[in-house]
Amino acid sequence: MERHITLPITRETARTIRSGEACLLSGVIYTARDAAHKRLVELVEKGEPLPFDIKDATIYYVGPTPAKPGQVIGSAGPTTSYRMDAYSPTLIREGETGMIGKGKRSPEVVEAMKKYGAVYFAAIGGAGALLSSCIKKAEIVCYEDLGAEAVRRLEVENLPVVAVIDSEGNNLYEKGRREYLDSVEER
Amino acid sequence: MREINAETITEAVAELAVEANCRLPGDVKERIGQARANEPWPTACGILDKIIENYGIADENFVPICQDTGVCCVFLKIGQDVHITGDLRKAVDEGVRKGYGEGYLRKSVVRDPLRRVNTGDNTPAMLYTEIVPGDKIELTVAPKGFGSENMSRLAMLKPSDGIEGVKAFILKTVEEAGPNPCPPIVVGVGIGGTFDKAAYMAKRALMRPVTERNADEFYAALEDELLEKINALGIGPQGFGGKTTALAVNIEWYPTHIAGLPVAVNINCHVTRHKTVVL
Repeated sequence: MERHITLPITRETARTIRSGEACLLSGVIYTARDAAHKRLVELVEKGEPLPFDIKDATIYYVGPTPAKPGQVIGSAGPTTSYRMDAYSPTLIREGETGMIGKGKRSPEVVEAMKKYGAVYFAAIGGAGALLSSCIKKAEIVCYEDLGAEAVRRLEVENLPVVAVIDSEGNNLYEKGRREYLDSVEER
Repeated sequence: MREINAETITEAVAELAVEANCRLPGDVKERIGQARANEPWPTACGILDKIIENYGIADENFVPICQDTGVCCVFLKIGQDVHITGDLRKAVDEGVRKGYGEGYLRKSVVRDPLRRVNTGDNTPAMLYTEIVPGDKIELTVAPKGFGSENMSRLAMLKPSDGIEGVKAFILKTVEEAGPNPCPPIVVGVGIGGTFDKAAYMAKRALMRPVTERNADEFYAALEDELLEKINALGIGPQGFGGKTTALAVNIEWYPTHIAGLPVAVNINCHVTRHKTVVL
């Protein structure tokens, strides 16, 4: 059974989400990939304001395909998260509580998640057509010059994700694999 | 000498790029379906169901299966009795520009690897040409996503490392990739040749239907063995655990130097896309 989560996710809520929990997210999220993360962190380092409120924000690592006429957004699945590892600890410190991507994270990111209270979700990689249907509204916030990598504000309804790493550092990638292999041994 | 107009190639590249991005090849669908039927782990079954639902939506609405519509790899086998009227390189890139523009595909190419400004039209194509007998052109378009490309590796092994060294390197590459390349994956392997030839063979191996084994029995057996070993790693769909880590291991091989044993592993995600036409 999935857990319904209404965004934004507070630090307190982030700490209640457990690794392995299947969640349906509804509310506002922001998109950013490598190039946008670089710019956001440069702003933080210069002490300048960010183009959107990072407090309690959830960032989806996605570069969608262009919307066809009549579509809100094109295909919109997650990109691999480790490329954001250099930037995520800074954004978590600044207030980010949720990240959506796919794949492994660095120990530095996990440490920041534990320290400040944040959760890392995975969406199904390669299921961009399916995930697109959960996005009800999309608008560009900034960095339009980056094309697919521009920062977008998305309104999502029941976006299916799985909490992979929680604020205690538990990791579904390790646990899921171990449990499956144990089940094979038992048989 | 048969004449083929470069514009014909442009049109074909454009059409194939959109087709390949929106419709998963039948052999890949077949293997995903078989994997789903043989998957014992409930979480993994749930993920495979979503993957099947996703390519169904892409088929029905003719939208990209994945948002990473890739760099556009184009392979041309050009018959030596064909004369192409016009500029082939330009014709292929024009096809990419048209397909990615009119087909609402994502533009994911930067002009140079260090200064990183998007070209805005997904050009240039990664173009490979080969001259073959005959008066036809076989054209394959294979959009390649980089989540899986980034997890690909190459090793210059020693002859003494032998078949065990090759197996160990392939398994290590898949294990280290873990959840990152969107498993279930297709593993393209090139063994032999030179540094570059091995990488090229690994990429070409991904074009072979996942339901078809190597024509050489020895390599077919190696493919089966590796697939079994990879699926015993327990990584599973999306890395959440399960049996289905890979859909196929496709190996290509070539003669090599007495001093060498190059091995390249090109990983592809479950959205292993390619489409071929003969002109």
